[in-house]
Amino acid sequence: MKGFKWENALGIFAVALFFWAQYMALFTAPAERHMNEVVRILFVHVPAAWIALVTFTLAFIGACGFLLTGRRSMDWFVEASVEVGIVMTGLLIALGSLFAKPTWNVWWEWEPRLTSCATMLISFVGIMVLRSTVKDADRRAVWTAAATLLSFVNVPIVYFSVRWWVTVHQLQSSPATVDPEMVFVLRANAFAFLFIAIWMIAKRWRIAKMRGLAESAPPLPPEVPA
Amino acid sequence: MTHLGPIIGQALWLFVRVVVEVIRQAFWVFAKDVLVEIRSPSRFIGVMFFAFAVIFMVAFASNTTDVMRRQAGGVLWIGLLLASTRSLDQSFAAELEHNALEGQTLWPVHPTAIFFGKALANAVILIIVGTILTPLSIAMFDVTVRGSWLQMAGFIVLGSTALAAPGTLFTAITSQARGSSVLLPLLMFPLVVPVLMAAARGTTLIFLPDPMDQSTAWLIALVAFNVIHWPLAGLLFGRVVEGGTH
Repeated sequence: MKGFKWENALGIFAVALFFWAQYMALFTAPAERHMNEVVRILFVHVPAAWIALVTFTLAFIGACGFLLTGRRSMDWFVEASVEVGIVMTGLLIALGSLFAKPTWNVWWEWEPRLTSCATMLISFVGIMVLRSTVKDADRRAVWTAAATLLSFVNVPIVYFSVRWWVTVHQLQSSPATVDPEMVFVLRANAFAFLFIAIWMIAKRWRIAKMRGLAESAPPLPPEVPA
Repeated sequence: MTHLGPIIGQALWLFVRVVVEVIRQAFWVFAKDVLVEIRSPSRFIGVMFFAFAVIFMVAFASNTTDVMRRQAGGVLWIGLLLASTRSLDQSFAAELEHNALEGQTLWPVHPTAIFFGKALANAVILIIVGTILTPLSIAMFDVTVRGSWLQMAGFIVLGSTALAAPGTLFTAITSQARGSSVLLPLLMFPLVVPVLMAAARGTTLIFLPDPMDQSTAWLIALVAFNVIHWPLAGLLFGRVVEGGTH
């Protein structure tokens, strides 16, 4: 029950930080000169993108760890990270689409950054579907790790796509080119997303662990007739 | 330090011997797959006509000849991609009969050799299908090869090998899971998006004027994909077919 307590404390802290960061994003951060209030979407879109890439990187590390050590806890960690990464990527694409409509005048554009993001999402969703079809825990863990390693190739492609190809999507900004007030709010939101992701991974990991232990538990003895 | 020289030399010699042995074993796995295909070419014929049917259907769906001309490269590669899933699925379906795959893993054969042999055999089938489909597409879509034929051959060979490497690994997984016909495209398609983009755009540039010589850049992208995925898939294959933890 010790783990349960720190998870809840982390969750309360993450949600409180998220509400505070959202308040700043909506009310105290300055509007942008050209995009006006629309820019506020970026305070959630950009952190969702960062944390999506971070969670998939964690899944990659977990997959390597599992293949090297064979520890089942690594497999549970991969499952939790991939699932949270999928949520973050879904959020990233949905928010990006909301931002694209008023700024690019389209909901979706077939350009490298958006396409590679969608590809990354589908490839990791495929891993979760694969997991759901395999009953043997050992095989499921190995196959998940192998598929995660291959799917991780998408992560650097997503990050560098704006540099490698000519695209409508803007390049990564640096704090030097952004209003300091906006940088602070963006960082506050990024940390809020990070803590929420850690909290979700921790919770999801514990559920995966409980399921895994239940799977490997010996069957109950037959009931003794009264 | 003087003792290290012979030890490093022996380690290098051992490494070279292992590599040579893996290549030799991979060749025999490849030869076995090719022999199976020659004795019963049903897979090749089925895959060939499946790809042709896909191209034919897309041609029906395209409304004008001009659109068809501009889409020729993409349609050719969509046909090859869809055909590759059928071909890969069948290559492992045969292995699962009478537990042949399990039997192969019990041989004194390195799993990496089994992967390279099977992936190479799958790539060769796709290369032959692509070679036959190219002139058919050229005729059906009324396009001409404006670029070099050597580059065209490069796209077919490198595109096919790029589909075969991750495809073979994923088929090894999905063939042993439930719902393999749905799982294979779901896992494989997102991963081979760069292959489809590079091969389709490069081939289209060969059919259309390419004053900036962009097709060479797409060929390099295919080489990079192959360089990453062949060793990676080869390394993971052993763990995938053996399953289990350690």
